[in-house]
Formats: sequence, C-alpha cells, structure tokens
Amino acid sequence: MKKLHFLFGSRRTWAWPYVLFLVLFVVLPLLLIFVYAFTTPSGEFTIKNFVQFFETSEAVNTFIYSIAIALLTTVVCLLLGYPAAYIMASAEMKTPAVMAMLFILPMWINFLLRTLATVELFNIFGLPLGEGALIYGMCYDFLPFMIYPIYNTLQKMDRSLIEAAHDLGANKKQVFFKVILPLSKPGIYSGIIMVFMPTVSTFAISELLTHNKITLFGSLIQRAFGEGGLQMWNYGAALSLIMLIIIGLTSFFGNQDEQEAQSVI
Amino acid sequence: MMKENLSPAQIEAKKRARNLLMRRIISHSYLWLLIVLLYAPILLIIIFSFSRSKVLGNWTGFTFDLYQNLFTGYDRVAQVQVNPDMYASLWYTFLIAIIAASIATLLGTLAAIGIYNMRQRSRKAIQLLNSVPMINPDILTGISLFLLFVFLGISRGLTTVIIAHVVFCTPYVVLSVMPRLTKMNPNIYEAALDLGATPFQALRKVMMPELWPGMLSGFILSITLSIDDFGVTFFTKGSSGINTLSTYIYADASRGGLTPELRPLFSLIFLTILVLLIIINWRAARQAKKMTK
Repeated sequence: MKKLHFLFGSRRTWAWPYVLFLVLFVVLPLLLIFVYAFTTPSGEFTIKNFVQFFETSEAVNTFIYSIAIALLTTVVCLLLGYPAAYIMASAEMKTPAVMAMLFILPMWINFLLRTLATVELFNIFGLPLGEGALIYGMCYDFLPFMIYPIYNTLQKMDRSLIEAAHDLGANKKQVFFKVILPLSKPGIYSGIIMVFMPTVSTFAISELLTHNKITLFGSLIQRAFGEGGLQMWNYGAALSLIMLIIIGLTSFFGNQDEQEAQSVI
Repeated sequence: MMKENLSPAQIEAKKRARNLLMRRIISHSYLWLLIVLLYAPILLIIIFSFSRSKVLGNWTGFTFDLYQNLFTGYDRVAQVQVNPDMYASLWYTFLIAIIAASIATLLGTLAAIGIYNMRQRSRKAIQLLNSVPMINPDILTGISLFLLFVFLGISRGLTTVIIAHVVFCTPYVVLSVMPRLTKMNPNIYEAALDLGATPFQALRKVMMPELWPGMLSGFILSITLSIDDFGVTFFTKGSSGINTLSTYIYADASRGGLTPELRPLFSLIFLTILVLLIIINWRAARQAKKMTK
C-alpha cells in the first residue's frame, strides 16, 4: 500500500502510461520500418530494396519530381500567404479574428471532397487537369497552414519595435526587411514545415487532382503496400525510410533555424 | 477655387489619406480574392446539393430531393437505397473521433502533469518523443502502425484505427495542457495532499478546474484531427469493411462516382460549424464588451 502511494504520490510517474504508449506505438513502428527496409520477405538482411529503388529510374524520377512539386507548392503558399497574414495582422484590420476564422473554416469540410470539388471547378472552366491543377489544388489545401502561423507571430510581435525603427529614421522598406521580416521568421519556418511535410508525402490529393495521370512519391509507397502484395512490403518500407529521412532532415533544419531566429529576438 | 486656399500641409495630409484608402482597398480586395478562391469549391458543393445531377457542374434543376434522400435513406425518384455504407462511415467517423479524443485527453493530461514534474533532461527527451507523431506525415504514421499490427499479428479493424488516432491526437493534448500547468501554482496540489486529500481527490478537485480549458481545447483539436484524417485510417483499417467519411469518399472517387447525398451532408456539416462559430464569436464579443464596461 505504501509502495502504491509512493507511485501515485510522485507525479512524475503519471507520464509513464504515455511513455509506454509512445514506445509501443511510435518508436517500435518506426523501428519496424527500418527492419522491413533492410530485410527480404523471408527475413534475411539485404540492401536489395534500396538497390531496386535506385535502379528504377521511374521511381527516382518520381522522388525528385515530388520534392520539386512540394517545394514549388511551399514557395507559392509563402508568396500568397505572407501578404495575407501581414494584412490580417496590420492595425488597419478591424476584425482580424473573423478573417482568421474565415481562413480556417473551409478546413472543416473534408479535404478529399474539397479536392474533388476543385477538380469539378477545373472541368467547368475547361481547364486541363495536370501539373497546374495539382499545384493549384495543393496550394488550395495547404494555404491556411501557411497563413495561420505567420499571422500568429506577426500579431504577437512587439509593435513598439516598428515605431522605434521609424523614429530612428528607417523608411518603410527598411522597417519591413530589417525588423518585421526577421521577427516573423519563426512563423515562416513553421508555415514552411506545415506545408512542405504534407505536400511531399501526399498520395490521395495528387491522384484525385490529376485522375492518376501524375504519380507522386506518396502514391508509389501506397501502391507498394496496397497492390503489390506481401512481396512489395519490404520495398515499400525502403521507400518509407527514404521519405522518413527527408522529413527528419526538414524538421531538423527547420528546428535549427527556428532556434536561431528565436535567439535573434 | 477651394483647392488654392489649402496650405501645402493640408494637401499633403489629403494625399496621405487618399493613399491610405487606396492601400486599404487593395489589401482588402486581396484578402477577399483569396477567400473567394478558398470558398469556391465549397460553394459549388452547396449549390449542387440542390440538384439531382450525378456530377458536380451539371445543373439539372432545383430540388430538395438529395436532402430528402439523405434523411430517409431512400431515393424515391430512382427507387434505390442511398448507399448504406455512407451512413456507416458517418457513424464510424464520429464514434472513432469521440473515443480517440477522450482517450487522448485522459492520457495526454496525465502525461502533461507527469512531464511537467520531471527533471529537465527526461522532460526534454519525452517532449522530443512527443513531437514525433506531430511531425510524421500521416502516410508514415499509417504505414509504421500497419507494419506493427502485422508484426504483432493483430487483425486490423475498429480498435487499431482508434489506437492509431490516439497516437496522433495525444501530442496535441499534451501541448495544450502544458501551458496551463506552467501558469498554475505548483504548491496547491501538495497543499491538498497535506490537508488530507488522496492524490485522486487532489487531481479532481484542485488540478482539474485549473487544467480544464487546456483539456477542452486539446479534446476539440483531437476531434478535428480525427475527423479530418485520411492517411492513417487508410492504412490501419484493414479490409474489415470499416470506413470513415474520408476513406469512404476516397474509395467512392476511385470507383469513379461520388454518392450525391454527400453534398447535402457536407453542406449541413458546414452550416452547423458556421453557426457554432458565429455563436461562439458573438458570445466572446459580448463578454469582452461587458468586461470593458
């Protein structure tokens, strides 16, 4: 009984169930991706899965193409989203909360249904479903993820810094590039990560938007697990590991830069 | 004639006011343009919820038929049943969301309290681990869990989907409860224990009231994430026949046709959320007004 009280008395132990949960359902599954990636279906060690990837030029091309599409989507979202966030956070805006709400509200409609409706919009206006539709659709789906974090950092920014810069003789351009932009860096980084990560790994959106004409890396992985049967799982795991590395690198560099940006403040 | 009487300073002021107005018009139209683009597909869905057409964009006349079909489950004109799988997927979507969000809120709140009381180093380690499911894209979370369930020989179904949803919801609960803990006086829990409360009583009567807002926002966020999920559900549902709305729509679209009754269904969901948000905002505004008085 005393031991039991000790267990509950120290609140540190309250996290144990979750730690156990994380080990079982986050760490172990990720380790399994490693294991499957480096084994044959019968369980022997091999690097054949990776060799197969690098020897299939179609797979490598899809991989590079997906990263390019994701980068392009992220840049477009940033170029469209930053001004929107800036306007929303500016003092002229009388109802910023309502505007922020308006940008988030569409996310409550299932994104697949919205994507399908976008496809129909393209059909109605007689636009072709291809690369353009893909990038438009992805920007459409992820633009709010860019606007929101930037808007948040801009809104929390100390306005007296801008006034101080003005008083010290900076012109508008200087104030923006030397004060506002550097201070909104954390928001930009989280926006970039929140757009890049899902676009580089998506599979459903691209299939719907292009009627399966364009295959992205995510679809390649999904097909390995879906249609390929048992034989393909190890290959799929190898592809997943490659994506995991991309995600890991992105978040690592994002984190590094974010810390740097915060240390500037 | 009047103009000539204006001093240079006044002219300058007038010019500035006009510039400001122009800037406002341009910046506001930019925002509204984005909003129009953002809402165009949704508007299309709502408009075509009033038409029987098989596909969007092919208007065949105004009717409430689809709404009637949605509620009766039977299409009287075509004399066919509305796909029962759609209703099942709607039910599963909410069932999974509520169960997963409840478990995540419980697990996440306890975890946040535990993590908060940890030493710096172990706290950092667990927080890093906690951020992994948030950073991981849904396809990787889905595949890694798929491999786990296959590895452990667990057949995939409702339980595995719920577990998977708890995986990606709990980190957000931890993150929304954490700030409440830092604001809380750390001594009141000990005070309650000293005054004879059991740890459970102290948790329920002392800590819960303080942590409540964080738990609530974590719960709501979890519900939202769970309802919106596609990738994780796709890989963890197996061939059990269980579908959420996301996976149902995907399967439906892959077959080439989309159940028309989805249009009134999502129009109604959208309308409900809109009304809810307006009420919440209106009440918040009224409260803010009261405070200033």
